[in-house]
Amino acid sequence: MLRRVGPSLRHFLLERKNSAGYSSHSGEAKMSRPVQARRLEGIDKNIWVEFVKLAATYSTVNLGQGFPDFPPPDFLKEAFVRALSGENHMLHQYTRAFGHPPLVKILAQFFGKLLGQDLDPMTNVMVTVGAYQALFCCFQAFVDDGNEVIIIEPFFDCYEPMVKMAGGMPVFVPLRPKAPKDGKLMSSADWQLDPAELASKFSERTKAIVLNSPNNPLGKVFSRGELEVIADLCVKHDVLCISDEVYEWLVYDGKEHIRIASLQGMWDRTVIIGSAGKTFSATGWKVGWTVGPNRLLQHLCTVHQNSVYHCATVAQEAVAQGFQRELKLYGKPESYFVQLPKELQQKRDWLIQSLDAVGMKPIIPEGTYFLVADISEFKSDVPDVPDSDEPYDSRFAKWMVKNKGLAAIPLSAFYCGAHKNNYNHFIRFCFAKEEATLKAANDILQKWKREKTNP
Amino acid sequence: MAFRHKNTRRIEGLDSNVWVEFTKVAADPSIVNLGQGLPDISPPSYVKEELAKVAAVDRLNQYTRGFGHPSLVKALSQVYERVCGRKIDPLTDILVTVGAYGSLFSTIQALIEEGDEVIIIEPFYDCYEPMVKMAGAKPVFIPLRNKNDGNSASSADWVLDPAELANKFNSKTKAIILNTPHNPIGKVFTREELQVIADLCIKHDTLCISDEVYEWLVYKGNKHIKIATLPGMWERTITIGSAGKTYSVTGWKLGWSIGPQNLIKHLQVVHQNTLYTCPTPLQEALAQAFGIDYKRMDDPDCYFYSLSRELESKRDRMAQLLQEAGLKPVIPDGGYFMIVDVSTLNVDLSDVDEKQPYDYKFVKWMITSKKLSAIPLSAFCGPETKREFEKYIRFCFIKKDSTLDAAEVILKNWNKQTA
Repeated sequence: MLRRVGPSLRHFLLERKNSAGYSSHSGEAKMSRPVQARRLEGIDKNIWVEFVKLAATYSTVNLGQGFPDFPPPDFLKEAFVRALSGENHMLHQYTRAFGHPPLVKILAQFFGKLLGQDLDPMTNVMVTVGAYQALFCCFQAFVDDGNEVIIIEPFFDCYEPMVKMAGGMPVFVPLRPKAPKDGKLMSSADWQLDPAELASKFSERTKAIVLNSPNNPLGKVFSRGELEVIADLCVKHDVLCISDEVYEWLVYDGKEHIRIASLQGMWDRTVIIGSAGKTFSATGWKVGWTVGPNRLLQHLCTVHQNSVYHCATVAQEAVAQGFQRELKLYGKPESYFVQLPKELQQKRDWLIQSLDAVGMKPIIPEGTYFLVADISEFKSDVPDVPDSDEPYDSRFAKWMVKNKGLAAIPLSAFYCGAHKNNYNHFIRFCFAKEEATLKAANDILQKWKREKTNP
Repeated sequence: MAFRHKNTRRIEGLDSNVWVEFTKVAADPSIVNLGQGLPDISPPSYVKEELAKVAAVDRLNQYTRGFGHPSLVKALSQVYERVCGRKIDPLTDILVTVGAYGSLFSTIQALIEEGDEVIIIEPFYDCYEPMVKMAGAKPVFIPLRNKNDGNSASSADWVLDPAELANKFNSKTKAIILNTPHNPIGKVFTREELQVIADLCIKHDTLCISDEVYEWLVYKGNKHIKIATLPGMWERTITIGSAGKTYSVTGWKLGWSIGPQNLIKHLQVVHQNTLYTCPTPLQEALAQAFGIDYKRMDDPDCYFYSLSRELESKRDRMAQLLQEAGLKPVIPDGGYFMIVDVSTLNVDLSDVDEKQPYDYKFVKWMITSKKLSAIPLSAFCGPETKREFEKYIRFCFIKKDSTLDAAEVILKNWNKQTA
């Protein structure tokens, strides 16, 4: 099968008849050229497909994929049931394409308050099918062939293929770990960008930088100073900022989540992305949103109206009611946005204790419901295979789920191909889990340690 | 430094949209809205009940399988195996998407690119053209023509000219988009008509994107035939369906693409890089509803057939109301839309903005002065045929009795007032 290679050939409109034949099995169309579009080149692999299957097959304790194993709060489920069974059966029909009016109104109110400015629900907010689709709209709306997009490693894995699908070139810059103080565990705060290195990544081809704070997988919460470095470069080089803030409420130890859009010069060039799935522990509802200036959001609307057009109505209605409740209770102890991080901080601390006790070295996350642990002391269980294509941590994670029943995700999954071996002895755990699940994880780890000391 | 960020090339010129324009205008509750295609009838109660049951199951509020919730793809494979008479693998031959709209997008992004041509039959559901353009390809239009030339009584009168169609195919033609039953005309393509299209697809090695969202809504004397079931077509066809149209739940935004693994796998790649997974509770509820109706597919009470019967009487009522007002509706063989030639009313709008086609001006005038809304047909045409179609407007009749009663009042009083 002849596949066109490289973006430079895009400009040649090849005579189709001259292309070499595509493989033809019986039952397949005998196509004389590749049937799929070139924009799919290099983006077909996805680690979740593999790791979700492994977890489903082997795991007894799944701390892999990022979703809670506890339910959404009662007030949210009740709002959902009210919406679907209420007198207004029109909630089962199309709503406004760019966002159900009650939802965009409350989001504009809520985020207007947080950002300290007046937001118009009709032009400063757009609802999407999860934050995932919001990201997609951003790249499709703003990234053309040849544009560069800066991605900070480690990164939520979809950024890279989405940039490529839009014809853009991802440019990577790593967070680098500083050695922790003697005897202390590392914190996600110890992973930092080198400002000079970051500055060197900006060029006249740079269209946007993707910021994810709090960061998945490390849990890093970027400080004001760190955000200012990024903001200064965005302003200096006239670059857009795609700010993935889905874990905005999950910050610990009294840390503050700072919105880069609130920094000088940034509102006009930032799209903020949020997620009901993470905010309200309902990842399966797939409700997300974008907030930003109309001159940017109008283009997201164009992509949206030409791709999915509407998002499901009932879940938007329920999320709107959830936010209305949270606006009333903002800052109060009964607010879900106060209770959830409190509960998760405790779970974080349990898992840290479990891992530390057996010799896996967790990096204490400042935010999100993930933490990354150094598994170097367990390397003897999974011998190195020289010249292996697969990064060590990926082989380790697969061995661990098959042999110990404990599912986690290798950190290399969050690095680009060229950098997968840079930090290959870390795995990521999700701790948004019931107490029973975390206790079961602890049992597995303890048993494992005992087996190592007394083989 | 000055702000230099504008939209990408791929969305240049794709920002306007007839719905954004007309749903705003018709949102006024005093307007009788027969425009946008959404039911104001309730979905069947068991569908709502299944969703309520699902909400109580904790794990169904979290992520499910990206390419489609297991119980849903299994239910879809069961129903469609029966309809198509062939084995359909739920994991490899099906993709669940955000509405049929999402299936169209995934299909076009997966299989269409710059240098390709895509044949679109006019009038067409309006998103086909911008989606093809966003993929960098060239839309090639071919109109359905009224063979009775001005005296069309039925959607069956609107046909393709086989020679004209054949001329549209060339070595660049990547796909043809078929919509049957057809929106807006309501045409149900016959086996012979489908065979003409199939023969050309096979001859030119072209894909077929078959939008069959109204597949269950066919009226007496008509049969919905899936082009994918014609010889040589399964391997080159993506068939698209919609929960919104099947179960009167357009707000659930669930659809699906069904086809051979070697095509569906590319749609799955698009899906995993665009939104990854569709909402879980809605998919589970839909799976349960399909389970209920699958068991009674031999029973006339199956919703697939009962909805069709309910709509047929609404169709007949709508046609009668329009005829009594002196209009000539085109009676649809399927779907829930009806088009009507309004030029016979001789409403003079020449003093209104000339740049807009007549039907746009007519609908806006009708909304303001008659409090009745519809959709102008030229929204569904390419640039060359707007003149031919600008005397038609489209009414949606999947409306409750009180809505049709209100429309009746307006239409009965139409001639009593001057414009």
